[in-house]
Amino acid sequence: MTTTSERNVTGTSFTRGLGIVTLLGIVLLVVLGLFVSPADVNQGESVRIMYAHVPGAWLAYLAFVVTGISSAAYLWKRTRSLTWDRIAGASAEVGVLFMGISLVTGSLWGRITWGTYWTWDARLTTTAFLFVTYVGYLAVRGLGGSHHQRARRSAVLALLAVLEIPLVHFSVRLWNTLHQEASVAGRGTDVTMDGLMLFSLFLGVIVFTLMYVWLVLHRQRALALQDMVEDSGLDAALAARRAEAVV
Amino acid sequence: MSGTRRAFASVRATARLIAVKDLRIERRGRVLTNQVLPFALIVMVMFAFALDSDAVLERVAPGLVWLATLFSTLFVIARSFAVESSDGALDQLRTSGAPSAGIFLGKALALMVQLLVLVVVLVAAAVVLYRADISWQGGVLLVTTALAATCGLAAVGTLYGGLSAGAKGRETLLPLLVLPVVAPVLIGATRATESAFGTNGIAVGEGWPWLGLLVVFAVLFSVTGAIAFGSLLDE
Repeated sequence: MTTTSERNVTGTSFTRGLGIVTLLGIVLLVVLGLFVSPADVNQGESVRIMYAHVPGAWLAYLAFVVTGISSAAYLWKRTRSLTWDRIAGASAEVGVLFMGISLVTGSLWGRITWGTYWTWDARLTTTAFLFVTYVGYLAVRGLGGSHHQRARRSAVLALLAVLEIPLVHFSVRLWNTLHQEASVAGRGTDVTMDGLMLFSLFLGVIVFTLMYVWLVLHRQRALALQDMVEDSGLDAALAARRAEAVV
Repeated sequence: MSGTRRAFASVRATARLIAVKDLRIERRGRVLTNQVLPFALIVMVMFAFALDSDAVLERVAPGLVWLATLFSTLFVIARSFAVESSDGALDQLRTSGAPSAGIFLGKALALMVQLLVLVVVLVAAAVVLYRADISWQGGVLLVTTALAATCGLAAVGTLYGGLSAGAKGRETLLPLLVLPVVAPVLIGATRATESAFGTNGIAVGEGWPWLGLLVVFAVLFSVTGAIAFGSLLDE
């Protein structure tokens, strides 16, 4: 049994198994979502966008929550470890990716269904702010400095985002209710969903969650390797040049 | 008991020293008056070119005042920390043992004073250029709005300015970090100013709830900043 750091790869038998399950799930989701599940009475075929859009959005929120918790775990002295920082970073990267996907799929769906790419609905606007905030978070992670410097800086930023997002959401809602009559119309919750559609949606959420876990595990390990390279980079380079000189 | 009191006194003394220091640097360097204020005014004139209609300008004047304020704020924040990161001043501040909450509050206070000057000039510009009209009650609302909004902006600015101080590419990073955070200030201050100006016949009374948003924002970020600034500094 060799650990990842010894073999310098990011895969283990667990992640390999997880990856295979995820892949099978994606295939099943594509078949169910694109072919088997019925088209919607009102929305027609465009309802199929939902199977990528809703899980993507859910995943992005989950990812940012994980980033927040890991950042707090890093800042708390008793659990301080760079592993928390890397999990936070990996999770934020995946979260930004999924949020981007759900913003794009959402606006495409909106164009078909509402006739517009964008509405100034509080949820949409907050999502956009969340996206920009975490893009900024990733930029801060790339600023350089020592590992702990990066970790502390980005952890504080992640916790500030937890403070910022509810404030933005609240003020946008306030702005909206007073200055805009109709936002997202016709999104009634009383609509009954077809059983197969509901199943596909749930499957989507599960598959995306597995994919998230797989991505974060790998990314976290890749980040650890990257940190190791940075730590040992100069020494290794010097040793290599010396070895060349001897030969 | 006396320990906490002494700690508070130390924070207050540090805050005053830092604020006075920053304002003295500004008085001697005149970056705000010679560079940022002219920039803000030119932005106001540019808005007029872009929108090209007296009626539209009158309608959007409050928003333009606060947009121009936000853009100019970015320069003032950058300046506030450029002063600290040159000649290793920030390292000296770190090692001086001064309470970080005091450093935060001092820098935020100096920033707030400068932003207030900026807002006063921009409101005056709106009156002159965009025909904004301020009644007596509107004036009271406007002054309190300006106080709360600049306090919030200064707290956020100091926090994120400190975060990116000394980092490479901070000039471009700062707007990306700060602008999403201060969106509530833009929303709240603009609505409050709309009622103060009486834009579209909005009554002055409608502006006060928005002031509540600004005050909550200012208090929240001032307190958070005073707590979190230390962990950003001691690296």
